[in-house]
Amino acid sequence: MSVPILNYLVLSAVLFSIGALGVLIRRNALILFMSIELMLNAVNLAFIAFARQWGDVAGQVIVFFVLVVAAAEVVVGLAIIVNIFRTKETVDIDEIDLLRG
Amino acid sequence: MEARDFLALTPMLIVTGTALFVLMLDLFLREERRGWLAGLSLLGVVAAFLANLYLPTFGEPLVQGMIRFDALTQFLNAVFLLGCGLAVMLAADYTRRQGIARGEYYCLVLLSTLGAMLMGASADLLMLFLGLETLSIPLYVLATFLRKNPASQEAGLKYFLLGAFSSALFLYGIALLYGATGTTKLDGVLQGLSGAMGAAPGLVLGGLGLLLVGLAFKAAAVPFHSWAPDVYEGAPTSVTAFMAVAAKAGAFAAFLRVLAISTPALAEGWALVVGWLAIATMALGNVVAVVQLNLKRLLAYSSIAHAGYLLIAVAVGGTGALSEPASAGLLFYLLVYTLMTLGAFGVVIVAEGRGENLSLEDVKGLAWRYPWVGLAMALFMVSLAGLPPTAGFFAKFYVFRAAVEAGSWGVVLAIVGVVASVVSVFYYLRVVYYLYLRPAPAAEAPAAGGQAEAEAGRPVYLSRLAAWGLGIAAVLVLFLGVYPTAALQWLTEIAAAAMGAVP
Repeated sequence: MSVPILNYLVLSAVLFSIGALGVLIRRNALILFMSIELMLNAVNLAFIAFARQWGDVAGQVIVFFVLVVAAAEVVVGLAIIVNIFRTKETVDIDEIDLLRG
Repeated sequence: MEARDFLALTPMLIVTGTALFVLMLDLFLREERRGWLAGLSLLGVVAAFLANLYLPTFGEPLVQGMIRFDALTQFLNAVFLLGCGLAVMLAADYTRRQGIARGEYYCLVLLSTLGAMLMGASADLLMLFLGLETLSIPLYVLATFLRKNPASQEAGLKYFLLGAFSSALFLYGIALLYGATGTTKLDGVLQGLSGAMGAAPGLVLGGLGLLLVGLAFKAAAVPFHSWAPDVYEGAPTSVTAFMAVAAKAGAFAAFLRVLAISTPALAEGWALVVGWLAIATMALGNVVAVVQLNLKRLLAYSSIAHAGYLLIAVAVGGTGALSEPASAGLLFYLLVYTLMTLGAFGVVIVAEGRGENLSLEDVKGLAWRYPWVGLAMALFMVSLAGLPPTAGFFAKFYVFRAAVEAGSWGVVLAIVGVVASVVSVFYYLRVVYYLYLRPAPAAEAPAAGGQAEAEAGRPVYLSRLAAWGLGIAAVLVLFLGVYPTAALQWLTEIAAAAMGAVP
């Protein structure tokens, strides 16, 4: 018995929303970052579900590209967060507020 | 991969090769020879620029339908490479002063330019996303390049978090459009869109909406602009100059490519939504810029405001048959924006010493000590304000004219644009006022730049390369202001060809 495509799409939308809410609500830079990763993986799920629906491998190939991009983002993002932690000893984005106006 | 695929990719391959070579060469250079890196990067940019101009163009998409190398790609590549070249020229001495003259800097600038070129050339939504990321990820690193400086660290973190967030939104938009039409090729999406609107309007509208939000983030359009002033202020100024140009030009290049998939059925809603974005962006950018005393922050809000003018062209460009003047106006505006923004930031770059953050007070009377620098800044400010006889005037004129021709909504947008420009004259000319009308105490010294005045007042670090960069930008801004018709003629042909190429 196969699960309808729609279920995957709903799951993907729910995961994406959880990620987006996390970015908007949480204040810890690392958690924010993890929420963004969750959003990207929700998109991957959507791509795979649509690829199945259209019987088209292109959607599955796109997922590999997205994975590579996400990996590159992780490298840069973690470096930035570690660098800021070394001077401020916090990754709470409410306390990183030098620039404003 | 066929031979012509490589031919179309040549400019991008040259940029990539230069970036990698600069990164490697850095390991073998002694400290005092680091200046070669800027020269080498510049050489690569010029080579790519020439290759881009003299390569043949192709009507159909290449590289498995991923890349278009048509007249539009050529022009966008030329704008990106011009911006990159000027940014490298302005950065060479600045990075040395700040102690960040390393190979990575130029490597990242070149890779970011590569991303913008890929965005402008993309014929596929996946390519658009990859280009966007190739553009953005190096910029995150560049924004935080002054590693020990808290402001720069904060700029990098903010830019990274909001940039990655907007990329995720953009990507979800692509996924929804793929779900609606079964392809990510731009012309395939266009063909499938009318049918998909009937079958699954939610997917289409959600997809296009998320694409719009993602690009609006990159272009720093209100209400997705909140990162821009902080990031522009905190990042090293040479990076800010490049970022203001590359990220914005890349986003609007993507807008142009996505515009082609806006069908007449969607055009009205598109014009309305983007039009409101334009109005909000122009209003907020210009009004908040009025109260800014920090030069980089002022220019940041100015660049937000200019995103608003550019969005007018995007809003009216989607309305079917009238898209040619709007697209041509958008292209002309992009070129002019690149020149005048880099020029204005360039003056801030040469006036800024190590660890400084210039305010209006700091440049008081600068024009009396360094008349040429002052004159150049005045020219860029007048151009940004959109007064004749500079290129900025004609850039605004062409966009507003295209808007007026597009119907009543376009007229409303043009009127808001004109009012916003009038407001902008105030804060741009205030900068000129500070430069000229309040001579600093030491200004009695002879007007020609020299060592004596440098000791008397604030010095300007005008290296030969930076002077050339400022000179080129200033001459082009003047030239396009006095003689814009040839450029516009050419751009109209490009726009006609690009819009005609899509079925």
